[in-house]
Formats: sequence, C-alpha cells, structure tokens
Amino acid sequence: MLKDQDRIFQNLYNDKGSDVSSSQERGDWVNTKEITDKGRDWIINEIKESQLRGRGGAGFPTGLKWSFAPKEVGSRPHYLVINGDESEPGTCKDRDILRFEPHKLIEGCLIASYAVQAHVCYIYIRGEYFVDGQKLQAAIDEAYEKKLLGKNAAGTGWDLDIYIHYGAGAYICGEETALLESLEGKKGQPRLKPPFPALIGLYGCPTIINNVETIAVVPTILRRGAKWFASLGREKNTGTKIFCISGNVNNPCNVEEEMSIPLKELIEVHAGGVIGGWENLQAVIPGGSSMPLIPKERCETLKMDFDACVEEKSGLGTAGIVVINKDQDIIKCMARIARFYKHESCGQCTPCREGSGWMWRMLERMAKGDATKDEVDMLGDVTNQIAGHTICAFGEGSSWPVQGLLRHFKKEIEKRNNLDPIVQKKNNIPYLVDQHLLDKKNA
Amino acid sequence: MSLRRPAKDQPESFEFNVSSLEAANVIVAKYPEGKQQSAVMALLYIAQKQNDNWIPLAAMKYIAKFLDMPYIKVYEVATFYTMYNLAPVGKYFVQVCTTTPCMIRGANKLVEACKEKISENECELSNDKSCSWMEVECLGACVNAPMMQINDDYYEDLDKQKTLDILDKILNGETPKPGSYRGRVNNEPENNRKTLMDLKNA
Repeated sequence: MLKDQDRIFQNLYNDKGSDVSSSQERGDWVNTKEITDKGRDWIINEIKESQLRGRGGAGFPTGLKWSFAPKEVGSRPHYLVINGDESEPGTCKDRDILRFEPHKLIEGCLIASYAVQAHVCYIYIRGEYFVDGQKLQAAIDEAYEKKLLGKNAAGTGWDLDIYIHYGAGAYICGEETALLESLEGKKGQPRLKPPFPALIGLYGCPTIINNVETIAVVPTILRRGAKWFASLGREKNTGTKIFCISGNVNNPCNVEEEMSIPLKELIEVHAGGVIGGWENLQAVIPGGSSMPLIPKERCETLKMDFDACVEEKSGLGTAGIVVINKDQDIIKCMARIARFYKHESCGQCTPCREGSGWMWRMLERMAKGDATKDEVDMLGDVTNQIAGHTICAFGEGSSWPVQGLLRHFKKEIEKRNNLDPIVQKKNNIPYLVDQHLLDKKNA
Repeated sequence: MSLRRPAKDQPESFEFNVSSLEAANVIVAKYPEGKQQSAVMALLYIAQKQNDNWIPLAAMKYIAKFLDMPYIKVYEVATFYTMYNLAPVGKYFVQVCTTTPCMIRGANKLVEACKEKISENECELSNDKSCSWMEVECLGACVNAPMMQINDDYYEDLDKQKTLDILDKILNGETPKPGSYRGRVNNEPENNRKTLMDLKNA
C-alpha cells in the first residue's frame, strides 16, 4: 500500500477543509514563484521526465502535449482549458478534487498556464456538479483576494484569470473538441482532427486541454521532483491515481493509490471485498463504462495501469472500477450501458447515431432471450461498423463494452437466445423491432 | 440521441428580471469581446432559474437578441443539452440515476419510490404540480450509488425507504438535507478506511 506521505490528495476525504490557509498547511501555494522562476522549459521537461500521463481516459503524455503549444505567442492568444466534464459511468474522482482540493487545481492551472503561455484559463465543469462548482468558485474568489490569481498571480509575474463554464448534461462534451464547441456556445459536436487544438482550438487559438486530476497533480510533481513521481508505479505508468471503486463491493469508495496496484488488492483492502466474497465476482469494468469488461479469472492477477489493462484488451481509462458480482445479469448490465451511449450520442456521425440505438435494442432483446441466433454475430458486426468510423472516440467507447461482452460472455448470450431464424416461429416482440429483422423471407 | 420537444403551452413573452440581468452581464464579461455567444449556456440556466425550472421559447428568443446571435442557434443549444427543461417540471425536479453502477446497487427501487409518491410516469407533474421525476444517465457519484439529484443537490447512499422519506419532505415543501443518507463522510470507505488515518484522527 502507498505510504500516506506519498499521497498527493491529502484532503481527499475533507478531513482538513479546503480553504487557502489549510491548503497552504498541506503545501499548496508555498513556493509557486520558485517553480515558475525555473522557466517554461524546465517545467515541461520535468513533467516529461515524470512520465505523467493524462488522467482523463486516453492517457496521453502530459509533458508532450504541453510542448505542442507554439513557443512564441503570435497574434492569437493561448488558452488553457480544464476538462471537468466528468460523466463516464463509474467515475467520480474530479468531483472530490473540485470540492476538497480546489487549490491544488488552481495552482496547477497557474503553473500550466505559465508553461503554455496562457493568460486565460477556462474550467469546464459538468452542469450537474453545480454545488461542487460553487465550492471551486469560492476557492477562486479566495485566491483572487489573496493575490494568488489575477495580475502578477502569486508573485510569479504572470497574469492569469480563471473562469468556470458549466456544461449542461452532455457526456460528449468530455471529448476535447466537443468541449471547445460547447465553450464557444454551440452544440457539443466534436470537430475533425487535425487541426489539433494545440494549434487551432478555442476561438481558433492555440489551446491546451487537460483533465482536472492531471493539472491538480502538477504542482506536487514539480515540488517533489519528477524522480519521486517516476519512482511510483512502473515505467511509463508512473505516479499515483485516484481509483473510484463502485458497484457490488462492501465499501464503495474513492482512494488514491500507486499505479500498477493489483486490482484484487484495491477491491479486497480498500473496498472491503466483493459482496458475497471474491468467488462471487463475475466481472470488472476497469476504467469507466467505455472500457471492455474483464472476467473474474483475469482479475486475479490484473495490475491497474494503462499498459497492463491494454494487454487484457481493455483499458485503464478514468480508473472508474465497476465491480459486478454473480447476482447481476451481465447482459442486462451491458444493455444499460448501451442505453447510456444511445442517449449520449451527439448524432453527428451516422454509424454512431444509428448504431448505438441498434446495439441497445439488440442487447435488451438478448437480455430477455428474445433474440435470434444470427443476431449474436450481427451484434459483433455492428460494433465493428461503428468503431473507427466516427469523428471522435465515442464510436469506440460505445462499441468496446459490447465487444467485451461478446468476447467473454458469448456462451451466456447464446444459451439464452437459441431462437432459430430459419424455423418460422411466432415470436411476439412488441417493442422496437428493427424492420429488417421482421423480414425473414430471405433468411 | 435523446428526443426533446418544447412544451405546447408557451408564455407570450419573457424578459430577464433585474437580478438575472445583473448575473447575465457578469457572465458575458467572462468571454473575449465578440465571443459573447459563449455565454448562451449560462444565460439559458439563468432563464431556467428565473422561470420556475424551465425554459420557454420566448426566453430563447430573448437570449438570442441579448447575445446578438440567430434564434436557431440558441434553440439548437437548448434542445441539445439535456439539463435544459423545455417543459414545466415543478419546483422540485427529481433526477434518479439509473446507469449501470447505480442500477446494480438497486436504483430501480428509487424509481419505484418516485412512481409511488410523485407520478406514475416520468416527466409528469405530481398532483399538486410541485414536483416531477425522471430517469437520467450517470450523475457522477458512482461510489455513492444509488443516488438522485433534486434541483442542485445530490442525495446519496439511498434505499427505497430513505427515498420515500425524502420525497415526503419535498412534497410538504421542505428541502431535505443533501449528502449521504448512510451517515458516511464524503467518499471514504465506510468503517474500512485504511489511508490518511493521521489526518482523520488529528
């Protein structure tokens, strides 16, 4: 288990309060000027050496992302945008940072803004977190009062203004270009890349977009050094991470742990074990709903980091661990996730808009045992037609969980759905039938 | 995608009151000059707050004029984002999360409670028109599942009885205390905390 002094978010459970003075006692804002005095290149290099990877889901190296910002500010100003549109089912880490460790985030914003030469930073928070956003706003107001923001912020000589922008219940705005569209006051529909936001982003200006957790760990890394951060976890998967353990466990919780911690340790030690015991475990979704599930056998040895999860054909994503035990109907669970994606598709690309609903309807039928044998293969085919054929990664996000189900629980689906389409049987399926499935003449 | 339609009965006109106008001007100042369109989302919220939790078409037209942008662009935004209510939802708007992490911890019991206390169908006003409920997608409090949101506040770690009690309170016009209903502190593991104990006991 990670030592307490190596935990970055000391106030994760709000034992100490989140105002400026108690944050300063925990080490925030202590020597911000000394950090920025070492210069942009040093900051970016240090972040590169710490091997910090983005905490928002994709795991892109943060230092590398910052280095994409133009070296000189041209006619267009630079922007820093913080992605706090945390909507991935299973994930609730950013909420705790916003309400309990706001000064880590604000200080991170100042340092990152300095590194990418931005004078304005927007923090995009999902609309549902209104109360938590108000807490962050209070912290920002306090920071202005103490001259930690505004002109010559914290004595660094850098001017920075931070504004909060609330979303309004659209999951897709967690995708960086959709978030920019939303910030510009439009529908949250992702943009084509390239051009990448680092060159053409908010209002057509160079923009760096980072997750809340990524930015909040930056000040601590720079204070304690890249070597310290890189010494935790393993190569390319360094540092600490807030894990959210939800679902069928005895003590669902958020906990900050070292990268590469075994999944079993997280569940058994911190979350109080699976309800009904480890043997009662059915599957685990390791990184929020869009990552494919991992069945029990593989969970025994799985290490929770980016690369180990990819080896299991899944992903660490946002580290929102959803534990599903054997009392649950796994097909129904996945059908509900498919319904989520059907609801949240922005409707821009046809494969995703039509396919997400199609997958949901098929899975609902499969959960009830109303599907035909050939539909199982068709479902797999639909997922392949969506993934990789859309503007943004939502296409993958919606089809991966279904592919995971088919990979590990195909037998379960086939056992329940053994209708033979060639034998004409009268099935009364009263709802949402795809028209082409009714047409069995050519089957 | 979600299907959303504006209400049939629409008020004739809409205008910001003094406090809304003040709030709106503060918001517009957050964005660079000429980029006032960015404020549309926040202004729709302000309109929704002022107009008993829902946005009439007249408000969209008003905001379009206010921000000097085409009405259709405001309409697009208002119909795209699901947190803008396009029809009356009552003074208390209950949103029950039923996405998988909540579902496997019994969110359907919360839905049953809403059906018993508020109305048979979602998005339907209660008898006294003060309250309505709907199923929503993940609200981002998964380790506190099952949970629901009433207006701005989160109510966490619920079961059916606790939900019934909360709904009784709001039907009496009271505002129940938000947060966990199993008495746990924030997102820590209940009775099983193993980290940062020095701070807890300090």
